[in-house]
This record gives sequence, C-alpha cells and structure tokens, in this order.
Amino acid sequence: METSQAGMGNTVMCLLTDPEGTNLGSAMYIPQTAGPLQLTQLVNRFLNNEEMLPYSFYVSDEELLVPVGTYLEKNNVSVEKVLTIVYQQQAVFRIRPVNRCSQTIAGHAEAVLCVSFSPDGKQLASGSGDTTVRLWDLNTETPLFTCKGHRNWVLSIAWSPDGKHLVSGSKSGEICCWNPKKGELDGNPLTGHKKWITGISWEPVHLSSPCRRFVTSSKDGDARIWDVTLKKTLICLSGHTLAVTCVKWGGDGIIYTGSQDCTIKMWETTQGKLIRELKGHGHWVNSLALSTEYVLRTGAFDHTGRQYPPNEEMKKALERYNQTKGDSPERLVSGSDDFTMFLWEPSVSKQPKKRLTGHQQLVNHVYFSPDGKWIASASFDISVRLWNGVTGQFVTAFRGHVGPVYQVSWSADSRLLLSGSKDSTLKIWEIRTKTLKQDLPGHADEVFAVDWSPDGEKVVSGGKDKVLKLWKG
Amino acid sequence: MPQGDYIDLHQKRHGRRLDYEERKRKKEARAVHKRSKQAQNSIGIKGKMIAKKNYAEKAQMKKTLKMHEESSSRRKVDEDVQEGAVPAYLLDRENTSRAKVLSNTIKQKRKEKAGKWEVPLPKVRPVAEDEMFRVIRSGKRKTKQWKRMVTKATFVGPGFTRKPPKYERFIRPSGLRFTKAHVTHPELRCTFCLEIIGIKKNPNGPMYTSLGVMTRGTIIEVNVSELGLVTPAGKVVWGKYAQVTNNPENDGCINAVLLV
Repeated sequence: METSQAGMGNTVMCLLTDPEGTNLGSAMYIPQTAGPLQLTQLVNRFLNNEEMLPYSFYVSDEELLVPVGTYLEKNNVSVEKVLTIVYQQQAVFRIRPVNRCSQTIAGHAEAVLCVSFSPDGKQLASGSGDTTVRLWDLNTETPLFTCKGHRNWVLSIAWSPDGKHLVSGSKSGEICCWNPKKGELDGNPLTGHKKWITGISWEPVHLSSPCRRFVTSSKDGDARIWDVTLKKTLICLSGHTLAVTCVKWGGDGIIYTGSQDCTIKMWETTQGKLIRELKGHGHWVNSLALSTEYVLRTGAFDHTGRQYPPNEEMKKALERYNQTKGDSPERLVSGSDDFTMFLWEPSVSKQPKKRLTGHQQLVNHVYFSPDGKWIASASFDISVRLWNGVTGQFVTAFRGHVGPVYQVSWSADSRLLLSGSKDSTLKIWEIRTKTLKQDLPGHADEVFAVDWSPDGEKVVSGGKDKVLKLWKG
Repeated sequence: MPQGDYIDLHQKRHGRRLDYEERKRKKEARAVHKRSKQAQNSIGIKGKMIAKKNYAEKAQMKKTLKMHEESSSRRKVDEDVQEGAVPAYLLDRENTSRAKVLSNTIKQKRKEKAGKWEVPLPKVRPVAEDEMFRVIRSGKRKTKQWKRMVTKATFVGPGFTRKPPKYERFIRPSGLRFTKAHVTHPELRCTFCLEIIGIKKNPNGPMYTSLGVMTRGTIIEVNVSELGLVTPAGKVVWGKYAQVTNNPENDGCINAVLLV
C-alpha cells in the first residue's frame, strides 16, 4: 500500500530540535517508515558524532517508539504541518536490571539506617542503630570492617566524591571521619551540633580537589561547614528557626538547606552568608534534590571506571558537570509534608518555576535522574511519581507498593528507578515503558535505605530486619 | 494586764539584761545537744514521734543538698542508646505501628498439613438447636412448623438472593446480617473494622457453617488489604482468618481476633 503512494504521501516534514529548543538543521522531508533507529542515525550524522550515540525522540512530550507513519495515523496529525521532534541523548551504557538477591549479609545488631556506595562503586558502607558503621567487601560480599566510635544511632553517611573519606553523623550530634581503607576512626569525633544530624553533603570535586569541606545539617537548626583535614567547624550557617532536614552542596558553590520551618535557604560558602530564601511550602521541607546531584556525588568517576590522578580529577569532574548541566541553570526540587513539591531555578529567581501536585500524602524523598531529565518522588501515599525534570510536568505514577515508599534510587543510565518501602519490598520501574520491571521481595521488615552502585552492577538495601541485602542482575 | 504584757512593759522601760545576747547565743548553741539528748532518751510514743519528725527533716535536707550539688557542677548527660532505631526522616514523626510481615508460609503449610490450628478459643459452649432456631408457624391454620428463623448473627455474602419464600426453610432476618467485623491484631493490640469475606467453620456443626451463622468461636475470613501485609515471597496478603470472640446477637457487633 505504501509503495503505491509515491511522492508526497510517503514523506512527512519534520524538524529536529534539542531539549533546549535549538533546531538541528532546517525542516526536511523524512520518509514515513523512519523509526527511532533511522532518526538516531540522522541525528548522529547531523551532529557529526564519531560514535553512534543513542537518542530517544519525543513528539509533543510523548515518546516516539514506532515509525513516524504509524504515529501520524494513530494521532491523526496532518501531514501538511511541520512535525517537531525533540531528541534527547541517552546514556551510552545500559544498566542491566537486578533481579535476584545475591547475598543477605547479617552483621548489624540493630536496624540498618543508611547505606551508601562509594563514588567509584567499589566500596560499600552502612550505618545502623547499633552505633557502628560497617564497611563491606563487594567482591566476596562479606563484612570487611566494623567502625566503632559513635555513641548513638548512625543516621547519615556520606562518601567524599573522590572516594577517600567517609563521614558519618549520629543521633547525638557528633560526626566521625573514617579511613575507608583501614576502617579506622580518623582523629576524634567532631562535635558542635547539639542535636541529631539529618544530612551530610560534600563539596564537589570540580570546585576543590582534593575533597576537604563538607556541610552537615542538624535538628538544632544550623548547618555547619567542616574541614576534614583540620577537623573543625569552618563556618556555622544559622538562620533556620526549626530543624534543618536536608542539605545539598550545589555545583555552583551554593549550599541549599531545607528546613521544618517551611523555607529553603541558599548560602554562599566563603563567608557563610545567606543569599536567598525560597519560600512557598506550607509545611516541613523533607527532601531536596539538584539536577546535577548524581554527577556531583560521583565526581570524576564515570561508567568506564577509570581512576584519575588528583590534578586531572578536577578537570574531568568539571567536564562531566558541564556536560550534565548543559546551558540551563541548575534546578532544585523540594518535597514537603504539604503533599506537593516545588521545582526551582534558584540562580535565576526566588519564585518557584512550577508546583508539582498530585501526591496524596507527604513526599518523603525526591531524586533527579543522573541525566537530570526526570524527577522521581517517593511518598507515604504508597506511590512513586515521575515528573519531567526540565518542565516539572507530571509523567506517570508508579503504583505497586502497599506501604509508604521511603526512598528511591536511580540507575546510572537513568533508565531504571528503584524504590524501597515500608512493606518490605523493593521495586524496579522501567522509565521507557513506565511499568514495573522487577519486584524484589525478601526483606523481613521495613526497608529504610536503598542505593544503586554508580557502576550499575549492584543494588544494596537495608532495613529494620538488621540485614543488608545485595541484589545482582 | 496579762503576764506577758508586764514582761514586755518592763523590757520597753528598762531594756534587756546586759548579757542577754551572750546568753541567747550560748543557749542556742546548746540547743543542738539538748535536742539530741532528748531524742536519744525519750521512750514510748513520744520517742517514736520525735524519731519520725527527725527522719522527715533529714530526708528533706538530703534532697535539697543534692539539688544544690547538681546545679553547681555541669556534666554531659550520657544518652542511652534506645531500641527501635529509625532513620532521620522518621525521627520527628509518630508512626502508628501497623501490621507488618507476619505470616510465615512454611509454618502455615505445616500447620495445615497437620490439620490443627492454634486458635485463641479452642473450646466453646455448644449452642443447642432450639436456641439457634425459632420455630415459625405457617400455613392457613398456622399448624405447619417446618420453617425456622435463625436467632444468631449471620453472614450472607454480596451475591445473596433469598429462595422463593414459599420454599425457604431457614429464614435469616436482614437485621441480623453483618458484613463487617472489628478484628483485633493480637500482637499489636490494635483493632480494625474489616469486611468479612466468608465463614470458614462454625464449631457447632457443618450445617451452621453452610448457613453462615456466626456465634462465639466461629472462624471467619476477613479482608486485610488495608493493613498492607506482604508475604516473604512478595505477594500481597488480602484475606486472613479471624475467630469471633463475643456473642454478636447480644452485642450487635462482631468482635474477632486475627489468627496469625
């Protein structure tokens, strides 16, 4: 049938644009049999890419998975109008979804409260209610070191972006620095906060290498910037009237703190002065996420797993940061107890860009995908929602959990999303098909913390049943 | 003038003795010894009363001393490590403890194979037929007595339609039909109002089970999807057994305890 219609019937006028709006070439005729594969080849040719990079295509916010002709028929789009196709680069590597529990490692004497992979994905640390931080060997999947030094539950844990330091905060307000190679306490516990530590964030590698400074937030209402080599507080950022629930060090050198007093404050890091205050939420701000967060966390490490000498690290990290950030300013999303989230562009304006509503219970955790294109939000209303990372438009709600969803984590290629919930299961959702990819039951009790390793090989989850589970593909 | 007034009047006119302050001071100093001698040498009820009073004073003094000691020295309070560790995002929240993963399917399968269930009420008083049913007379002369009306609480199910009235032998009045039960979780000690799915077994006999009569000790199946239970394999549990613990026809509601 198609061959009989020669000439005009067979082609359609298309214009390829990138996500920021710049056109790639001018409008051209493309045969209707062209599908995503052919369009990928076209884009690669136009951009003069040396290697074939994968792209995904969107027509009016809907992904194009079928040949252009079929899409036109289904949606009754007129052939005479110019079809705008937005192309987005996808990650070059593809992560395999995990589907089995490779190991259940016991060791902690109390519930596991936080887990974190190192930025290169080679080391794993977990903090628990039994006041210890444990380091685990990923090759043999057994315990490696038990780090004692805290006096109360270990509430948060963070690796420096170069993987050389590990810092953990506890319920009594003290912070311990650990040497991950030996599993020993580095110096004395740092005191200063008067109540428990709610979050820790390191300064990005592209701003200063080697990594020295990190910021911690606490229930007592301040955030403090510490130096790990000097072992003392550099600056104390006070201003919030209630507990600071989360803190993030942005790629442009600004610290964002979200608090129970419903505001988000932006601080500059040389003197600790307040730059801006972002108001808008009606209740506690529970979680913050930056569009470049994943890149800042992994620093100079990428999917190739190469190690860089210290002076090159900074350059490589800066390169990766600029690539992910693109030309647009850094975006911030905040999730709150008032059931909504706000998308901000903090360097541009004090007013939020968009208010993301839809959840029916408080939003516990928000996370940008590693390429910054999607936002995932975990809420106590047993659903995980996916939003467009640039415009804040709602995309889909992932339903499947039967208990409040506590944490989410992305795979390094942004194609898979992992969620851990109070109902003791973890679920992997596929972004392309927007459905459940894999259900990972097995925990005996609530799952408090999940993490996907930056090299995509393993997933770790820990919870109230005191064991750590490692999942593999 | 009263006696004390004469004394006062003299004191005002002539003042006190010259050694008055000295004597007063010494007397007060001796008072301690006098008091102690009195306390040691009194016997009987008087001695007991003095001892009681002295003890109360001593205890009070100790308390005030301790209080003063506390404020003068500052010490860091040693916080105990508490049980029930929760992550930072759950710390300021009071979470109502809900039912968690509890059913162990292997244990259940083994129990089922053995044919024995551990129930909270293993033995119940048997209900006689004349207590369960009331005879309904029918017919033109009201002589026929083959109809019976159930006097206890029943469950009929959503798709229930009565048999044609001429032929129905057992009448289950709609006033005694229940759809929901107040089910208590034995370990968590909290009660939920859950829908009944069906009657599993009435200990008084299979006839009552098939009629759907709920008396004390009946095993019913309830819809637990709102509790959010998940089996270790990852499947969502939506039906569980519970045993009725009260007499619903007397109370007007069904109370049951969940069988875990």
